[in-house]
Amino acid sequence: MAFGAFTTTAAAPVEAAPRRKSRVALLLLLPGLAYLALFFLVPLVSLIITSLQTRVQGGELGEFEAGFNLAVYGQVIGNYGPHILRSFGYALAATIFALLFSYPLAYFLGVTLRRYPLLQALGLTLVIAPFFISFLLRTLAWKQILSDEGIVLGTLKSLSVIPPDAHVTGTAGAVIFGLAYNFIPFMTLPIYTSLERLDLRYVEAGGDLYASPARTFLSVTLPLSAPGVISGTLLTFIPAAGDYVNASNAFLGSPDTAMIGNAIESNFLTQQNYPVAASLSIILMASILVLVAVYVRRSGTEDLV
Amino acid sequence: MAGGFAEAGADLELQGITKRFPGFTAIEDLTLTIPAGSFFALLGPSGCGKTTTLRLVAGLEDPTEGRILIGGKDVTDTKPYQRPVNTVFQSYALFPHMTVLENVAFGLRRRGISDPVGKAHEALRLVELDHVAQRKPAQLSGGQQQRVALARAVVNRPALLLLDEPLGALDLKLRRQMQLELKDIQADVGLTFLHVTHDQEEAMTMADTVAVMNKGEIEQMGAPEELYELPRTAFVANFLGQSNLFTGSVIASQGDLLTVDIAGRKLALPRQRAQRHAGEVTIGIRPEKLILHTTAPVEAAGTNIVGPGRVTDVSFTGVSTQYQVAVPGLGQVTVFAQNMVFGPVVNVGAEVWLTWTADHTFGIADDPATGPRFEPDTDTKTIALERRERLEAELDEA
Repeated sequence: MAFGAFTTTAAAPVEAAPRRKSRVALLLLLPGLAYLALFFLVPLVSLIITSLQTRVQGGELGEFEAGFNLAVYGQVIGNYGPHILRSFGYALAATIFALLFSYPLAYFLGVTLRRYPLLQALGLTLVIAPFFISFLLRTLAWKQILSDEGIVLGTLKSLSVIPPDAHVTGTAGAVIFGLAYNFIPFMTLPIYTSLERLDLRYVEAGGDLYASPARTFLSVTLPLSAPGVISGTLLTFIPAAGDYVNASNAFLGSPDTAMIGNAIESNFLTQQNYPVAASLSIILMASILVLVAVYVRRSGTEDLV
Repeated sequence: MAGGFAEAGADLELQGITKRFPGFTAIEDLTLTIPAGSFFALLGPSGCGKTTTLRLVAGLEDPTEGRILIGGKDVTDTKPYQRPVNTVFQSYALFPHMTVLENVAFGLRRRGISDPVGKAHEALRLVELDHVAQRKPAQLSGGQQQRVALARAVVNRPALLLLDEPLGALDLKLRRQMQLELKDIQADVGLTFLHVTHDQEEAMTMADTVAVMNKGEIEQMGAPEELYELPRTAFVANFLGQSNLFTGSVIASQGDLLTVDIAGRKLALPRQRAQRHAGEVTIGIRPEKLILHTTAPVEAAGTNIVGPGRVTDVSFTGVSTQYQVAVPGLGQVTVFAQNMVFGPVVNVGAEVWLTWTADHTFGIADDPATGPRFEPDTDTKTIALERRERLEAELDEA
């Protein structure tokens, strides 16, 4: 499964292939390289160029010319600082909640249900089932459920459990909830693949060596499932940080909860301020790259078997 | 939880242990006492319930019935981590994400024993692996991993050490070396060892007491020599080394000697070496106790003679030669002869007689009706008649 992408960092050193095969290898690599060049490198360069463009003097809205306006970055960080912080804050919170929810679920599917393959398959299907419905529809459905007069709040209000003016949608909590909900399958599946292969004899050995079940979990089970946890958190954190659906007005957010994705969207589509949108994209990309690099290094995946 | 190191080994007492799994019974009403400081081996074929017994003692399985006492304390309802027991797992189960040193220090740290690292190094020196302390288990060979597993268990000085086929992955030389080391550790530390194995030679060379287990029950228990020289059941006689077994009826009983008629031959065995003293009995003799003769031996008191028979197979094994002799009425008899001269003394097809000292004969407890039995000699006419009858019966059925 593709979720194992981060588990094989400790690959055995591959012996150098014989020289004559290299031409074939190069030929086989060509489509991939061409694809990367065309659809990653070219847009990236174009994005950088766009971010440095300057406004045409006396031009119309959305009219820019090539330039070298580095000042836009400072300006963007000044204007959208709260959005950037909110993005990473929400993404972090959503990742933590998704992890807290997914780990027990993955453990149940991968370890407890191990002896019942049919139930295991059914459980996995249920984890993936939300994908059968569009991401937008699911989020809209939550908006309905959590709306001020919706089934949850309406009932609680009529029972006087919460004050009549209480609302959930449009708050940071709703956005984090939506992010966590939407990315739970991405968190659950990699952890599941790690736990499914976990040799329970290690857990028995932990118990035999005087470790209580809690201690065994912390010293044995958790470290052995770390590759899954790391892939899961990355697969959740990276898209969540750039997400602009959950936090938008039309869904679970409000202007107060706008994330960096919303700022990019509004600059690009509404204000037609392309350099600002492009520089925001680059800042988002660079920040994620740095954060992920630090995270992967700190968690020491290369030491994991 | 057991605090600190065990001062000495502890008794292990199993009282009426029964373990049922859905669909089958692994252990049936097992009662066993292993005295403190002894090296006890549970020997049996795979599926006989020996590993289940070990897991019950370790607390990895719960008995359906019965109690388990370690050092006089009932531990039946305690969790594995609360028992003063360590296991050397058959699969080693070394934690792959920890170094060898951390693996060995794991149990010490959990119990809060001072200087875990120093003690772990000491245990690794004991198994001659201190130089790989900083490596991960995956970087070691199978034999090295097994020694680390041993160090990881022994370092805790448990009152009771459980060994589940601990030497299975080692080659013969390393195996011998580890057998000696294990015995040394056991003698030095005075721990109680419970060793589970299917290797009869390993059980006999290492253990003070061997219990032979079959189908969830202990067939016979005792010192290795006693078990070998005087097996009480056909299973023990054949699982521990090889035996020639013959079935016949007791025709005379004078003083200390029983005389058994086997296919017309009178064979003697001492009364105290027989489990059954009348009626149909099965007697046995170890192959190395048999002596080959190429001429008819003179009858003598205290010697059993069978023959003449014909040698059907000769295989040279270095130290000894194994002969298969077909003796009419007894079937195939196996003989081990020391190679005192160069090569085998007789060849295939030779006519030989076999003798042995009556005192070496043993009588087993199995009911001869279910035990091994040799067809009495029948002439070709009756065989033909029987076969015809069988065929007719089959045709009738069809």
